[in-house]
Amino acid sequence: MTPELKGFLLVSVLKLLVIFTITMVAVAYMTLMERKVSAWMQNRIGPNRMGYAGLLQPVADGIKNLIKEETFPATSNGALFFIAPCMAFVPALIISSVIPWAAPLPLSFDITLPILGQISHSGTTPIAITDLPVGFLYVLAITSLGVYGIALAGWSSNSKYSLIGGLRAAAQMVSYEVAMGLSVVPVLLLVGNVSFSALVEGQHRTWYIVPLSLGFILFFVSGFAETNRAPFDLPEAESELVAGYHTEYSAFKFSMFFIAEYANVLTSCAMTAALFLGGWDIPFTSWDETPGVLQTLATGIAMALKTSALIFVVMWVRWTLPRFRYDQLMALGWKFMLPVALGYIVVVTGTVYVLQYVVGMSTRGVLLGLGAVSAVLVFLLLVVVDRGILLKGSGPRRTDRPLIAGRLRPASARVDG
Amino acid sequence: MAIGVKVLRRPEREMSYLRATLKGMALTFRHMGRKEFTMQYPEERSVDDKRGTWAISNRWRGTHRMLTDEQGRAKCVACGLCPQICPANCIKLIPGEDEAGNRYPLIYEIDEFRCVFCGYCQEVCPEEAIHVGVHYENSEYTRERFVYDLERLCSQTHPVSTLWDPADPKGE
Repeated sequence: MTPELKGFLLVSVLKLLVIFTITMVAVAYMTLMERKVSAWMQNRIGPNRMGYAGLLQPVADGIKNLIKEETFPATSNGALFFIAPCMAFVPALIISSVIPWAAPLPLSFDITLPILGQISHSGTTPIAITDLPVGFLYVLAITSLGVYGIALAGWSSNSKYSLIGGLRAAAQMVSYEVAMGLSVVPVLLLVGNVSFSALVEGQHRTWYIVPLSLGFILFFVSGFAETNRAPFDLPEAESELVAGYHTEYSAFKFSMFFIAEYANVLTSCAMTAALFLGGWDIPFTSWDETPGVLQTLATGIAMALKTSALIFVVMWVRWTLPRFRYDQLMALGWKFMLPVALGYIVVVTGTVYVLQYVVGMSTRGVLLGLGAVSAVLVFLLLVVVDRGILLKGSGPRRTDRPLIAGRLRPASARVDG
Repeated sequence: MAIGVKVLRRPEREMSYLRATLKGMALTFRHMGRKEFTMQYPEERSVDDKRGTWAISNRWRGTHRMLTDEQGRAKCVACGLCPQICPANCIKLIPGEDEAGNRYPLIYEIDEFRCVFCGYCQEVCPEEAIHVGVHYENSEYTRERFVYDLERLCSQTHPVSTLWDPADPKGE
């Protein structure tokens, strides 16, 4: 092996260890954050017995789930029952490998170690486990894999609740994946690249939430549905399905589903931050553009702050909204999000074409014009159109109104008619 | 529709998902800074509650207490009214009589597991001897310990219930 290859491997392994550890700790503390946020919103205190203000609660939960007895349903399909949690767990963790957590770090060293020999590295290294050129496509591919774990868990448990939960999860994740993929297309079009480093670089001047606000809303909402979070948590609707696809799971297998769910929330929020909130960019300053350790640290903190703010919003929504009905969920996905996302691509490409090639504006002008168009669209769609059309109540549909009106007409009117 | 279901027509113009969502989120956000209602039970108890948030009502009917006279003897005269009225049949009373002809309970036991805490024993007692108490911490390690004998009933110190007064239904 050449010293450069050894240096690359060493740096990669170190990044892997550091980022994986931070992710797992963050996921553990997200469970505590969820319980604390829910407690605050309900005027409670939340877990406060383990450690100072409950800070060791995730540790206690982990140990509890490790030493609990595992149950196997007698009629379950053993092998698949065992594999399903792993299949939910692994994609949830490997998605996060492409997310850029901080600005690239310039790293040059040339050392000689006793057994390993000469190790050298030069140039910058991205603070992501890997900066894949196919970036976002990889994310789309791996999120689809997450469905397998959940659907298999539902099927192999051989329990009706699990099966319905698994089926719902599969249907829901497949439906919203389409809207999610389409809602990001405008971003990819503006950047002209799908790698995350290019996506973040492209937002140095303007975060894409400004020109593409509707895309941000669509992406964030389908992120909720993709991660099975309330109000889209039908796969585990406890009021009807006990616990959905993980009804029959106990001890650490259940923990793995739990960790997978929170890891998915973390990556989904980090991805929203990277795609629409400028990634690790610190706004209104330029001192963070000279590469160095300081830049990497500061931008890392900025990215963490953006991600945690989005995670807070996710939890905030969960403890505010009731769950959708199944037909509302499907109607919202297929009849609203999908057509709007498709139409938005047309609007964005049209606007960019007109502003850039017909009017001849600068890039900044194009982005601002796009922002104005998006703001109008957001207003139209979410305020003007939102008149019982986004979500229908359980009353009769428009088509059967005349029938019912006729039935309820007074008898005298019918005689006259 | 086969059965005559009354369909309420909703004003579709006023229906909105997004605005209602934002309203709800504003509400939950406002709740975040508010004072918690939680009582941290083993450290905080209703008896040492200064704010009055968790004080239990003085009409609370908990485990029993037998009042005693100046000589420390139970006020009970073993008239037999309380085992008679008890709907759960949880009071065991064997009356005795001393040389002066005063009746007293030889055995007086209340099985707190059978008791339904109706408070009839307190209401019926002519001597105001047996009372239900304003008290709720009753854990024991064995089931036998829940049969309270006379000595134990007399040694209880918690406040006694005032019961519900029909003349003053709201307790004012």
